[in-house]
Amino acid sequence: MDTRDAFRHNVLTSGHRACSGCGEAMAARMVTDLIGPEAIYVNATGCLQVFSTHNQQSAWQAPWIHSVFANAAAVASGVEAALRARGEDTPVIVQAGDGGTFDIGLQCLSGMIERGHDVLFVCYDNEAYMNTGVQRSSSTPHAVRTTTSPPGRVSEGKHHLKKDLISIVAAHRMPYAATATVAYFPDLRAKVDKAMRIKGPRFLHVLSPCPLGWDHDAALSVTVARLAVETGLFPLIELEYGAVTGVTRLARQQPVEEYLKLQGRFKHLFADKGGAEEIRHLQALADANIRRYGLLDANTEWDTDRASQTQRHGRGGYAASSREVSP
Amino acid sequence: MKSLLEGSRAVAEAVHLCRPQVIAAYPITPQTHIIEHLAQFVADGDLSAMFINAESEFGAASIVLGAVASGARAFTASASQGLLLMTEVLYNIAGMRLPVVMVCANRAVGAPINIFSDHQDSMSVRDAGWIQLYVESNQEAVDTVIQAYRIAEACELPVMVCMDGFFLTHTFEPVEIPQQTAVDEFLPPFHFARALDPSRPMTLGGGSEPDNYLEYRAGQHRAMEQARDVIEAIDADFSDHFARGYGGLVDPYRVAGAETVTVTLGSTMGAVRDVVDTLRENGMAVGALRLRCFRPFPAQALIHCLAGAKRIVVLEKAFSAGAGGIVTGELRAALHQAGLATPVEGVIGGLGGRDLTPAVIEAIFRRAATGASSVACRFADLNSDAAPST
Repeated sequence: MDTRDAFRHNVLTSGHRACSGCGEAMAARMVTDLIGPEAIYVNATGCLQVFSTHNQQSAWQAPWIHSVFANAAAVASGVEAALRARGEDTPVIVQAGDGGTFDIGLQCLSGMIERGHDVLFVCYDNEAYMNTGVQRSSSTPHAVRTTTSPPGRVSEGKHHLKKDLISIVAAHRMPYAATATVAYFPDLRAKVDKAMRIKGPRFLHVLSPCPLGWDHDAALSVTVARLAVETGLFPLIELEYGAVTGVTRLARQQPVEEYLKLQGRFKHLFADKGGAEEIRHLQALADANIRRYGLLDANTEWDTDRASQTQRHGRGGYAASSREVSP
Repeated sequence: MKSLLEGSRAVAEAVHLCRPQVIAAYPITPQTHIIEHLAQFVADGDLSAMFINAESEFGAASIVLGAVASGARAFTASASQGLLLMTEVLYNIAGMRLPVVMVCANRAVGAPINIFSDHQDSMSVRDAGWIQLYVESNQEAVDTVIQAYRIAEACELPVMVCMDGFFLTHTFEPVEIPQQTAVDEFLPPFHFARALDPSRPMTLGGGSEPDNYLEYRAGQHRAMEQARDVIEAIDADFSDHFARGYGGLVDPYRVAGAETVTVTLGSTMGAVRDVVDTLRENGMAVGALRLRCFRPFPAQALIHCLAGAKRIVVLEKAFSAGAGGIVTGELRAALHQAGLATPVEGVIGGLGGRDLTPAVIEAIFRRAATGASSVACRFADLNSDAAPST
């Protein structure tokens, strides 16, 4: 046994069936190890569910439930309500991929947040339906090659933009929503720790590279995730009650080509003039993120939206809480 | 003491008496009054439960799934489109063997959209693995909800209590609401051995492959088969406690010596009983049987009651388009298996809230008594003038 394991919870233990270099396995191991086994985990259908609970086996050393694809947030709402009815405050965690979050699970997620359930929803975003064979999701970035958004004579890959999910989630004026990646563990740890100190609905969006679907070297998952951040394509931000309260700033911006060229899913963009135009488009999207979140600005004080916090503290409902940390 | 209560109110009182810890629902006519009353009980502090307003019926079913998996007693109610939106989760609840109880306020399924009662909604999810109990009256709805928690928790199977929308849910009848102490004595607190709990971590809902999926499914079927005895025993025990019983699986009426027997479900049975009495007075050897438990299908109990009949009519409020009456087909198969060649006529009626009047029912009996019977299903009270030209 690796003696380092003695210092870990191993909530997601070894022996599971993820691909080598799987960003989601890495991310789930980080997140669940930080939270520990004293929690109830609810999983949507997807890669994580498939590779961790294959055929009567389980890699989970914590209570764990999977129901169907779309309903993880609603199942977690029920788990949390049951615990609350008994006066227990065991943390409830949802884990879902981008399909179970951006697409089929979005309605249940919105309901869970709106009702104020005390649940941390973690989305491991690998930007397509990888479990079923790399089909396009609404999280797939623009111009990406997937099996259902193939480049062809009249197509440059996915036509549409990646859904701005963190803004949609944050628009619920919820206590905490943040983005993270497997490339910045201290940043991820700080966000998990913070999320676990806050009462109410919380959302963590973790970019998780997929060597299979993104078609990159399995040894480069962390490098690719880091470049997603350094290019500005995936900003690391925190939002509280709808307002941006934290931004992980960049020392300098990498050109998007540095990120794209490592991945086969963008290879067709380097083949012709049409592709070059799409690369310019992706650069413009990255630059827009840089401006929107001030990713290259010097550190400044960000105002928390105290007014909406006060709105949340009305009588009854989910606002009253014993575990709540005063701001 | 009896009080005059709307069916939905009576059912809400029954749910209250069962001490649910989590209630989740999404409004759909004609289920709404049930959940409105429960919401009010919670708002007034009379019922200590978490009342969760789901964002859809799919969400509501998922919330009660999570709650029961965590060891809480839970309740939901739906109907029609809502029940069908729950379908994926209904199968999942049953497959995970979670003792969820729900009320289906039976309503037609669109298109064309129609808010009134028939059984197409619950019959369409008959294969989901839920026990289905169809009630005749508001009193039976109350008593069956209380029985349902005992059955569900004893069998680790979900139970759907099916009550006709409007005919029961919105109708006032004298109903006896049992005392809390009596219900507590009949229904002990819920302890779920497989509950999600960090002190005993378990994986629920993991994967299965061709080498064992079949065995899980066969186990589910076996549990349903075994549930027949449990349903009968719990109805008998209920009768001991409350001096009211419903026959468990089937509810025969004047079948002794009956040559023509009509089999039906739900509130229709009230009118059928009256017609049987009238025709008996006129010297016709008729009887009736109410299928109280549709899943598990009580083949033995049906054959026991129907063995003496010369001909059977099934009057049902749902069908499989292109095949015919659902209960009709299943009853024919059960009789055939028992070596009985009794002709069974399938009659579809009362769809989308159409009244099954004594006159319509009497005509069904009289036609059947002549020996006229066909394999094809018939639609009772069909008005060809009302049909749109196609």
